[in-house]
Amino acid sequence: MDPLPPFTNTEAAWRPNSGSSSSSDRQRIAQQRLRIIAGHLQRSEDGDSSSTVLLAAECKAQESQKTAEEKTVPRKRHEIMKWNGWGYSDSRFLFNKKGQAEFTGKRYRLSGMIIPGLKDWFEGTFGASLQHKTPATPVLTSSSVPPPTLNEAFVEELKSTGIPFSLEAEDRVFRAHGHCLHEIFALREGKFGRVPDMVVWPNCHNDVVKIVELACKHNEGTSVSSALECPPEETRSIVSLDTSQMNRILWIDEKNLTAHVEAGIVGQDLERLLNESGYCTGHEPDSMEFSSLGGWVATRASGMKKNIYGNIEDLVVHIKMVTPQGVIEKSCQGPRMSTGPDIHHFIMGSEGTLGVVTEVTMKIRPMPEYQKYGSVVFPNFEQGVACLREVAKQRCAPASIRLMDNEQFKFGHALKPQVSSIFTSFLDGLKKFYITKFKGFDPNHLCVATLLFEGDREKVLQHEKQVYDIAAKFGGLAAGEDNGQRGYMLTFVIAYLRDLGMDYYVIGESFETSVPWDRVLDICRNVKARIVAECKDKGVQFSPLSTCRVTQTYDAGACVYFYFAFNYRGLSDPVHVYEQVEHAAREEILANGGSLSHHHGVGKLRKEWMRDTVSNVGMGMLKSVKDYVDPKNIFGNRNLL
Amino acid sequence: MASEAVYSHRDPMLKKRDDFEDILEERRNSSDLRYALRCYTPVLYKGMTPCKANTLKSMVLQSNQLRYVISQVSKETGRATDDVREDALAILEEMAHSLQLSTVRFFAFTLSKVFKTLFRSICVNEEGIQRLQQAIQEHPVVLLPSHRSYMDFLLMSYILYTYDLALPVIAAGMDFMGMKFVGEMLRMSGAFFIRRSFGGDKLYWSVFSEYVKTMLKNGFAPVEFFLEGTRSRTAKSLTPKLGLLNIVMDPFFKGEVYDVSVVPVSISYERILEEALYAREMLGVPKPKESTSGLFKARKVLSEDYGSIHVYFGQPVSVRSLAQGRVNRCQFNLVPRHIPGKPSEEIQNFVNDTAYRLVRAQEENMVLKPWVLLASLLLQNHHQNQTAGQERGIALDELTAQAVWLRDVSREYGAFLNWPGVMTPSEVVSSSLSLHRGLVRICEGRVQLAVEQTGTGEPHGAVTPEEELLSQAVVVLSCASYRNQALHVFIRPALLASAIHAASSNQKQEVFNSFSFLRNMFSNEFILCPGATVQDFEEACYLLVKTRALQVTQQEVLVTERGQRTLAFLTSMLDPFLQGYQVICRFLCEEVADTLTEKQFIPAVRKFIVKHLLAGRLRYTEVLSSDLQKNALAALLRLGAVRKIKGAEPGTLKVNAVMVNSLEDTLGGKLPMQKAVSARL
Repeated sequence: MDPLPPFTNTEAAWRPNSGSSSSSDRQRIAQQRLRIIAGHLQRSEDGDSSSTVLLAAECKAQESQKTAEEKTVPRKRHEIMKWNGWGYSDSRFLFNKKGQAEFTGKRYRLSGMIIPGLKDWFEGTFGASLQHKTPATPVLTSSSVPPPTLNEAFVEELKSTGIPFSLEAEDRVFRAHGHCLHEIFALREGKFGRVPDMVVWPNCHNDVVKIVELACKHNEGTSVSSALECPPEETRSIVSLDTSQMNRILWIDEKNLTAHVEAGIVGQDLERLLNESGYCTGHEPDSMEFSSLGGWVATRASGMKKNIYGNIEDLVVHIKMVTPQGVIEKSCQGPRMSTGPDIHHFIMGSEGTLGVVTEVTMKIRPMPEYQKYGSVVFPNFEQGVACLREVAKQRCAPASIRLMDNEQFKFGHALKPQVSSIFTSFLDGLKKFYITKFKGFDPNHLCVATLLFEGDREKVLQHEKQVYDIAAKFGGLAAGEDNGQRGYMLTFVIAYLRDLGMDYYVIGESFETSVPWDRVLDICRNVKARIVAECKDKGVQFSPLSTCRVTQTYDAGACVYFYFAFNYRGLSDPVHVYEQVEHAAREEILANGGSLSHHHGVGKLRKEWMRDTVSNVGMGMLKSVKDYVDPKNIFGNRNLL
Repeated sequence: MASEAVYSHRDPMLKKRDDFEDILEERRNSSDLRYALRCYTPVLYKGMTPCKANTLKSMVLQSNQLRYVISQVSKETGRATDDVREDALAILEEMAHSLQLSTVRFFAFTLSKVFKTLFRSICVNEEGIQRLQQAIQEHPVVLLPSHRSYMDFLLMSYILYTYDLALPVIAAGMDFMGMKFVGEMLRMSGAFFIRRSFGGDKLYWSVFSEYVKTMLKNGFAPVEFFLEGTRSRTAKSLTPKLGLLNIVMDPFFKGEVYDVSVVPVSISYERILEEALYAREMLGVPKPKESTSGLFKARKVLSEDYGSIHVYFGQPVSVRSLAQGRVNRCQFNLVPRHIPGKPSEEIQNFVNDTAYRLVRAQEENMVLKPWVLLASLLLQNHHQNQTAGQERGIALDELTAQAVWLRDVSREYGAFLNWPGVMTPSEVVSSSLSLHRGLVRICEGRVQLAVEQTGTGEPHGAVTPEEELLSQAVVVLSCASYRNQALHVFIRPALLASAIHAASSNQKQEVFNSFSFLRNMFSNEFILCPGATVQDFEEACYLLVKTRALQVTQQEVLVTERGQRTLAFLTSMLDPFLQGYQVICRFLCEEVADTLTEKQFIPAVRKFIVKHLLAGRLRYTEVLSSDLQKNALAALLRLGAVRKIKGAEPGTLKVNAVMVNSLEDTLGGKLPMQKAVSARL
């Protein structure tokens, strides 16, 4: 769902068992995961005899705190995750034989449920029909993947280090893309562009140092973290460095409330392992199932609960990064330093162009005692934004507060699972009657804010009251915990839903920006209108879904997220049309005072606007850093600059 | 692409124009009272409900912009903010409209009666109305009618009411306010009043711009104003004023609205109510202050036939698509949008350009009656006879033949000519002449301008030669105002024709230099888009080549045999202006001492011209027009031949005699036209 290619910290994944779910839930899911991983290990043992994958040498310098069985991300990612879509292979939306939508698998709250409203919403919104399918190429045919270009000397030396690597097509294809629409679209058609020539799994910081040294020696292109779109013009051999095996918490410092963690760990593992010790980082980007700590650092990620815990730049105390010039790190862990420009800020947002982040010291917090969801219905979007602005002004934002526009409210509504009792459905009807008839809200204008409170019980309740009081001043009505929770669920399903859409001629994407408060309404209106106008102009036959929400509040502005999807039947080159519209939408964002990105980063997709964004001198500064740190362009993903 | 949406240069014959419907026809067949009281439910922008005048005022007073300016003014002047706010409120009270449906209904009734008496028909292009209706629902709309008569804005509201469209709020000059009762009536029918000049008054500007923007942004009503700023007394389009256009585009630049639709509207009168009034005004009889009693005196106009009116609603123009690639809206990112600032050069240029294009779009859809062609021919004939001392006038059948010729030429040039197809040419000519019988006289089968005082009776006792000259000039200027209606059709070819005439050779570059000089000289006189010299030249060549009057090769411009007649006609069309500018140059060189102020300029130059006309040294009475004199002065100021200095009195004119002299010589063809070359082909 996310347009950022090279990293997996995409803001569109669901956090499994978000805070409120019980510990038994957690256990159940952990067990389930163990079963999958056990199965995976078995297979990979079988394969070892014939495959080129080398066994990992024991990394002596590091002390492992957890066993291999707890890993969420195996080396062979494609064994549990989709190679041409979002998320886990077992979890997907489909329309069953009765034409009802259901969500498969067992991982999520919505798993195994029937979603009766989705079909009508889907057909109504997009003009799509279940009769018109566009299925994806089901299996990856290894023969269609171009053979690797190898630097034999490099491969030989790498072998001698004992660091595991692979030349298999599946591994390489999996790491050749992000989740941009054009990438997924091509994969579904079984098309591959330039893919990495080999995948390497370092096990620790020292492994990374060795690989980078080798790469420098042999002038290999390297890419960090997870997958990325490879520059097609790159002639050197491309090595994809998969840090997923660097996933240990090396130590926890309870005196200073910090944890030292290997950068390959994915969000859900980090949180789960810290929870076992009674702590959390509180950094929960929507993609935390799949995105890694190193990825967060490299893109300046933002978490849902930043109002309490801060964004990644607030959370990081110390970073260790391997660059072609050597290792960069600070000498101490002072909480703030005045030692010239903060070198962390060269690293954060460098998008893999400078080196590999290997280890990070992060702030941790005791796990919150109490969590509560909530929601507020507003008569219209304007009132909702005014309320969020007031909340930000009084600096009393809950852990998370998000405002969905009317289209997203309807979308959320369509995702309600089948209700089991007549009583619940009666209650729903009553609520609807109260809001639309008694309170006079227009169902085509009303919008919903979802809330998440966190802290000790008493304070949460107090805080909750304060926020609801402000909301009331702007005509807001409390609309219950359930709606709030479902709102957050929408964030993850939308990523899976894109794959469903793509089965039926519907393609879409999200993008985000940050903008001063006084511009929020204008930018929302204009960008949505621009999307509709551009679609019409580009010959899209059906009116598109063009919707937005305000997902973060700051003192001086907000983060706005746009979703855009359309039915492409009748278009000869839908991806091109899509790209033109997205380009126009970004121009509109910039013309309305929005930023190039709040947390997705720049990648290659938004490079063209970098110069205007940071000025010529700013570009020169960034370039000179790149030129010093990586003169041979070893980290050659060509992002950012 | 975007610019073509407003005005396209290419083959004018291919322009597709809508058909007209006469809205008076239904009024003649059904009850006016029922019409005035009928159910009126216009659709509004995004289904908005119109807001009360008072709500609007408080929105303006509470706006960030006004609050900011109030506190700024209070800091600068040391007055309490409350005092300044009182001032702002007073300005707002003076300005604000108080649109009431009842008043509109009153007007709907009375105007129906008046219109039916005055006019044969009021023709409206209904497709334009439909486009407008669509536009109103999608984006805030700005209506830009041409301005030739007091009638214009009442007529606009009347038409919109007739078609059940949202009634506009109209920017009107403060002078209407002088007419006590009528001023209030107009206010209640949607007019809001602005002072003619408020250059330095920050508070006034702020209240005014915020008031307009608030109405526009919220889509309460379409905003209507006159791009030309005032009524054109000459029927030529006036150089557009940019202030209001800037204000209505501002919400788009700043992202406060997605888009703004601008709709040029062309209102053409077959006979202008103020015909003689305008001519007198330009001859120095000062414009009577608008007063209610004056309006009643004008009652006698009610008994005359003013032919028909054509109102053409042009294609709505999207400001967004015009600005695409021309205005970088990011320029507003770094300063809070409510802090007023001077528009950037980029925006000024864009607004200026757009304004010219919009005026051209208005011109393009002006309906021309056969009389316009006849007036052009009669004027030329009048002046030729004067010098040749031939028999007065032109034979009717000769006039008819010439008119038919000119009809075909003007059609080729893309004129929107309303020539009745069902009548024979001679019927067309005689019916046109009879409608304008005040200006022409037919005597023994010959047609001539009614310049001599005859008919009504005994010669006046003491008619001085000057008085006689002025009374002739009234007729000539009235006639010229009809010819002017067609000027926009002929201006580019006419400039080219004059350039060919003046150029020392047939070299294309030479001709272009002449063209460029003349175009530059006359760019205060006619609507010539700034910076479009080459396009205009090409357009002129294109038209003349197409009509086979000209052959243009890589190097040369050659007049064909058959082209002589066309070129002669075109040069004579521009001739009065050439002579006018020359005589003004001569005046400035010969007569001006160091003490002439801008205010004294017109009376002084008029005296000078009268003297020369009486002495027979000037051919064209038309140069008595103060409009022409003002334009010439503006051109000379623009070219730096005359400067305004802060002498003893403000606006003292300082003449650069050498430069003015050489301009005069160049205009007179005594010097080659090379100096003013701004672009090369």
